[in-house]
Amino acid sequence: MAVTSAASVGMDPVLDYDDVVARFDPVMGLEVHVELHTLTKMFCGCPTEFGAEPNSQVCPVCLGLPGALPVVNEKAVESAIRIGLALNCEIAEWCRFARKNYFYPDMPKNFQTSQYDEPIAFNGYLDVEVDDGAGGTEVFRVEIERAHMEEDTGKSLHVGGSTGRIHGAEYSLVDYNRAGIPLIEIVTKPIVGAGVRAPEVAKAYVSALRDLLRALDVSDVKMEQGSVRCDANVSLRVRVGDDPRGEAQLAVPLGTRTETKNVNSLRSVERAVRYEMSRQAATLEAGGSVLQETRHWHEDTGMTTSGRVKSDADDYRYFPEPDLVPVAPTRETVDALRTTLPEPPGLRRRRLQGEWGFSDLEMRDVVNARAVELIEETVAAGAGAAAAKKWWLGEPSRRANAEGQDLVSYAAGLRFSPAHVAELDRLVTSGRLNDSMARQVLDGVLAGEGTPTQVADARGLELVQDDDALQAAVDRVIEANPDIAEKVRSGKVQAAGALIGQVMKEMKGQADAGKARTLILARLG
Amino acid sequence: MNTDLTRASAAELAEGLASKSISSVEVTQAYLDRIAAVDGQVHAYLHVDAEGALTTARAVDARRAAGERLATLAGVPIAVKDVMTTRGLPTTCGSRMLEGWVPPYDATVVRHLKDAGMPILGKTNMDEFAMGSSTEHSAYGPSRNPWDLERIPGGSGGGSSAAVASFQAPLATGTDTGGSIRQPAAVTGTVGTKPTYGGVSRYGLVALASSLDQAGPCARTVLDTALLHEVMGGHDPLDSTSIDAPVPPVVDAARRADVTGLRIGVVKELGGEGYQPGVRERFEESVALLVEQGAEVVEVSCPSFDYALAAYYLILPSEASSNLAKFDAMRYGMRVLPEGVDAPTAEQVMAATRDAGFGPEVKRRIILGTYALSSGYYDAYYGSAQKVRSLIAQDFERAYEKVDVLLSPTAPTTAFKLGDKLDDPMAMYLNDIATIPANLAGVPGMSIPSGLAEEDGLPTGIQILAPAMKDERLYSVGAALEQALLERWGAPILSKAPDLAAGLVKGA
Amino acid sequence: MSSLSREDVAHLAGLARIDLSDAELDRMVGELSVILESVAKVQQAPIADVPPMSHPMPLTNVTRPDVVRPGLTPDEALSGAPERELGRFAVPRILDED
Repeated sequence: MAVTSAASVGMDPVLDYDDVVARFDPVMGLEVHVELHTLTKMFCGCPTEFGAEPNSQVCPVCLGLPGALPVVNEKAVESAIRIGLALNCEIAEWCRFARKNYFYPDMPKNFQTSQYDEPIAFNGYLDVEVDDGAGGTEVFRVEIERAHMEEDTGKSLHVGGSTGRIHGAEYSLVDYNRAGIPLIEIVTKPIVGAGVRAPEVAKAYVSALRDLLRALDVSDVKMEQGSVRCDANVSLRVRVGDDPRGEAQLAVPLGTRTETKNVNSLRSVERAVRYEMSRQAATLEAGGSVLQETRHWHEDTGMTTSGRVKSDADDYRYFPEPDLVPVAPTRETVDALRTTLPEPPGLRRRRLQGEWGFSDLEMRDVVNARAVELIEETVAAGAGAAAAKKWWLGEPSRRANAEGQDLVSYAAGLRFSPAHVAELDRLVTSGRLNDSMARQVLDGVLAGEGTPTQVADARGLELVQDDDALQAAVDRVIEANPDIAEKVRSGKVQAAGALIGQVMKEMKGQADAGKARTLILARLG
Repeated sequence: MNTDLTRASAAELAEGLASKSISSVEVTQAYLDRIAAVDGQVHAYLHVDAEGALTTARAVDARRAAGERLATLAGVPIAVKDVMTTRGLPTTCGSRMLEGWVPPYDATVVRHLKDAGMPILGKTNMDEFAMGSSTEHSAYGPSRNPWDLERIPGGSGGGSSAAVASFQAPLATGTDTGGSIRQPAAVTGTVGTKPTYGGVSRYGLVALASSLDQAGPCARTVLDTALLHEVMGGHDPLDSTSIDAPVPPVVDAARRADVTGLRIGVVKELGGEGYQPGVRERFEESVALLVEQGAEVVEVSCPSFDYALAAYYLILPSEASSNLAKFDAMRYGMRVLPEGVDAPTAEQVMAATRDAGFGPEVKRRIILGTYALSSGYYDAYYGSAQKVRSLIAQDFERAYEKVDVLLSPTAPTTAFKLGDKLDDPMAMYLNDIATIPANLAGVPGMSIPSGLAEEDGLPTGIQILAPAMKDERLYSVGAALEQALLERWGAPILSKAPDLAAGLVKGA
Repeated sequence: MSSLSREDVAHLAGLARIDLSDAELDRMVGELSVILESVAKVQQAPIADVPPMSHPMPLTNVTRPDVVRPGLTPDEALSGAPERELGRFAVPRILDED
């Protein structure tokens, strides 16, 4: 067993991951906050655009001025219901907002208008795909406890001290533009039975949730801008037997949990869960006990540090928000919203994979490259699925990777569209370009030289359509290479490759290699 | 019309303005002069905006001269309770916490007043954050009752009642969370209405208890009160709890003043023990007068009213503890640094400011509310109080199956002496015993003068309560009774109040 | 419980962020106990099986359309600020992030 000792002050010992899962069974709870991309805030008509001048998107309501009153954003409620439905939740027939009372300078009213015991959506699930350890995928069901509506807080800038961190700062500067932006908090039930794959399940869940929210078109889902934020609760219990979902394991009482705040990238979700498991395991192995506390995640070091110990100071004195009236969506409203739901991302993927005739591996490559939508649009624009996949996962993907962007934003930045790819594919299938010419055209398009046709025209790329010229080149090459010609004649068909190469050279590349092969074989047949 | 413009009713002023026999500048100036003459004694105002009021008056006169069609009360000046935000005018809620705060926006009620072309004379004194029944909890000193300057003018809206009663404004706005419009009206011989909850927008009213607060009109006559009610009320999309319906026909009802065939219930639980004999006598006399006017009177019982005070003093502090959390020295208002602390934290500055900025009654109620909401005690206190609230609403419902309106004395006593109840919170709370049930149930209520108590010669009030959204019934009954009493007295009750200007001369 | 200890009141004052002096605490303990005893009367009302009423009007689904409304300018927003800097509200250092 390898317990890494604390290397420096503030570093916790951690247990090697293999040892962790050999001895302990992890239980997780994930809380994801999603900023909706409504035009206006949750309770007032202020705009929600990211990056505006400080305190320029505020009004008496979201600034918490004396006398101001909230009014619920209709679109936010609809989005909350659609999210609930997409997560297979029940939708409350009647629910209320509540005040969560605590003091904090970036919270203008010193209470957050949230939902407490009456969330708008509850009892759902999200199926996520994880590696089955045998090269395929397996579905893991994450149960959803609830999804509720609330409002975001303002943002503080810490001045003085070191590096803008809160500790050691001399004072803070608050911008309330973000205060009041609608949030949906989605809380899972305890995730049990993930065993060794717990970190992977956590990441897959947040990833699947992000895809779902994107498909619903309710949020920008930009984790780097904080529009999706994750808190990860982790606890360990002693492992019994080999089945993390077995009765014996499920009967073991839960351990003390920690809540790691603001884990704001997919990679971090996985790392943070893994780190907490290792840290808690080391503590338990050393005979210590895990403190119930919030912990802060540090992206740079990949570690969590102790935050605030939970105490009775967390008495939020919830009570029904008297300035708002209950939300009671009618059955008709809910049914109407149900018809606006997109196909669930998982089902959609399986459907597209079937339509496109891709193998599991090919489909996974496509998903990992975030090319599903691009290929779908390219096919819709007239290209074949295999060709669409070939072009998107080739040069554009390589360049996007090299620039550290995902394919979608890379293509958007270049205005390189599915229509371009479909056009390129048409140029090939119509016989105007061969593959190597098409790659040159693609380079031109990516360099901003125009549409594929414009690039092909400008660079004078076009297969020679003159069969006589090709036949003449074939005849010249056969005459110049009698030895090879003889081999082909005697049945070594693969030797024709060398002749094709020379024909293409004669034609300066602007010939259809397939046609050249046919002509050569006919002469030597 | 009375030659002294400050003695005229708002309705009379409106007529004079409409017929151009007087100008708004003349009226407004007359009131500003009166304020300059007597407010040193009464202290009804925390802030007087002479220039702003005259600017509005001049604009209204010009629009009228140009032949524009104007609102009924256009040009009639008004005093605004300092709990309503006024763009460009200080709004302190009677608290040090907000000393010097100038809101960047108008309350919806204030916007209505401005849209109607009413010059705003200034902001009236009140118990700090509307917590109190005497204005003694104002951080800027108490207002005084024009009937006896050693006595309280009621509260929390004692500044508004004192201003109206001492002819420093023809009209004033108030807010009523547990009686803060009606009780001051009762003890100053004026009229005040708490409309149905949701009838007047709460947007821009600095909240005390959100589910109880309601703004309403203060005036010297029932008709004036109705005219102002009509201006203040109406649906507001900025207040989720605002009723989406037209203002009830209160002005028509006040003009008709008809109670023929009306069934009136006298609430058995309000008006017995603990009520001053003079208050009871005037009450019974008023009931008899209404019978003479053709009303039918029965006694009704509302047994749950016995628990109303207790429920109220749990619900109010609970909501207030949360509503007042925003006063934290971060965004507006006072900021106090703790003594003897180097580089204090935000948390320490908040706590030091809230200790220095809030008065004792505010702190008491915040602590009480914090307790009633805290985990482990919620069900026993806040939860139970909300159930009592249901019982009280049910009592009203049952009563209104039998009668059209309910009657009781407004307050158990006439105005008490300044300082008498300041050190005894429970004694102070008991002033609201008759007015609180209406706030808990959300039904409308009005207080009008019922006369002077024999034993001390001070005004007494009678309270009229109606079912939700039937505010017009208050005005039918109020106007009919007012008419009958006026006939009996021969002159308005306020004509019997001592002359403050004379008092000043005598004292000088 | 319908009486409060000095520690209870101090704890509540902490939750309510009011830095009460010792003298204030002493006075408050006595006053609050009297008030609490009186308001505890709600527990004697016949409230079994009675639903709680949190609001006088039985309204539901009051919402507004998702349409931008003009708000305050940064200057108006900051007009009441005890201190401001760089277009933001300047506040004392914040102890803990949460």
